[in-house]
Amino acid sequence: MKLRAMAERVRVARWMPPGHVRTPAYLRGRVGEVERRLGTFPNPEQAAYGLPAEPRELVRVRFRAADIWGAEAERPDDLIEAEIYGHWLEPVAHQD
Amino acid sequence: MAHDAPFAHSGMSPSGHPYRPDNDEPLTYWQCMEIAMRELLIEKGVTTPEEIARQIEAMDARSPANGAALVARVWTDPAFRERVLADASDAAREMGFDIGPLRLIAVENTDEVHNVIVCTLCSCYPRNLLGLPPDWYKSRAYRSRVVREPRAVLREFGVELPEHVTIRVHDSTAEMRYIVIPRRPEGTEGMSEGELAALVTRDSMIGTGLPRRPE
Repeated sequence: MKLRAMAERVRVARWMPPGHVRTPAYLRGRVGEVERRLGTFPNPEQAAYGLPAEPRELVRVRFRAADIWGAEAERPDDLIEAEIYGHWLEPVAHQD
Repeated sequence: MAHDAPFAHSGMSPSGHPYRPDNDEPLTYWQCMEIAMRELLIEKGVTTPEEIARQIEAMDARSPANGAALVARVWTDPAFRERVLADASDAAREMGFDIGPLRLIAVENTDEVHNVIVCTLCSCYPRNLLGLPPDWYKSRAYRSRVVREPRAVLREFGVELPEHVTIRVHDSTAEMRYIVIPRRPEGTEGMSEGELAALVTRDSMIGTGLPRRPE
């Protein structure tokens, strides 16, 4: 499965906040591409504590194994996809 | 033997199995919380012990059979396949399965892509469709290794993929649950939907296995 040339690239924030967070640590700081957008859901970082939860966009992001594990990747072009809340994502400019 | 005689549950039992210690340790924080919550809900008339027992039975009774039926229909009905890939929750409801609020994404294996499901953060699993997850699915070993060395993990499950196949690991980190649509085995032309469903194993819908081949 080839990565599309004009795919929308995003970087996961490198935050390490305490509390209930649905962004796995191994993906923080990593760059991937938007696989699909899933709509908005109550922010689990608030909902988990019974607080009023703001709607947040949820995005499926696709990462290359090499972009997560570097030279230690078992196969550089294998893929890992995860759902990441929008406030954890920032756009990444294409390097042309 | 008198009941007040000293009796140590150590070594082997008369039947040759090791004794297991009784679970006499104190309740954990969350066990206390569960009991307190359950008793309050019963006391306030929100639910009854019978209702809780029935719900536990219903949860335990779920099996991968509904998932297997869905896969078999995908293999035999191209229009249904399109609907499953577009919205697997709707397609499962269309088959009459009570999947509750489950939000399901179906990912299809091809000759170029093999999909595997994990929840690295906890143990998210499409229980409404596949039943209770296997114990290994919840283990740290599976959760941490399958994102890092999926090929090594799949080999331990007896799945050896050709070099050209890309592995797509899906980490169920938030709201979605996943089911793998495995490839239809060769030599199954002319088989009925029911016969095909019998080939679809639980592990083949997690991605750690392949469907059975027809006898």
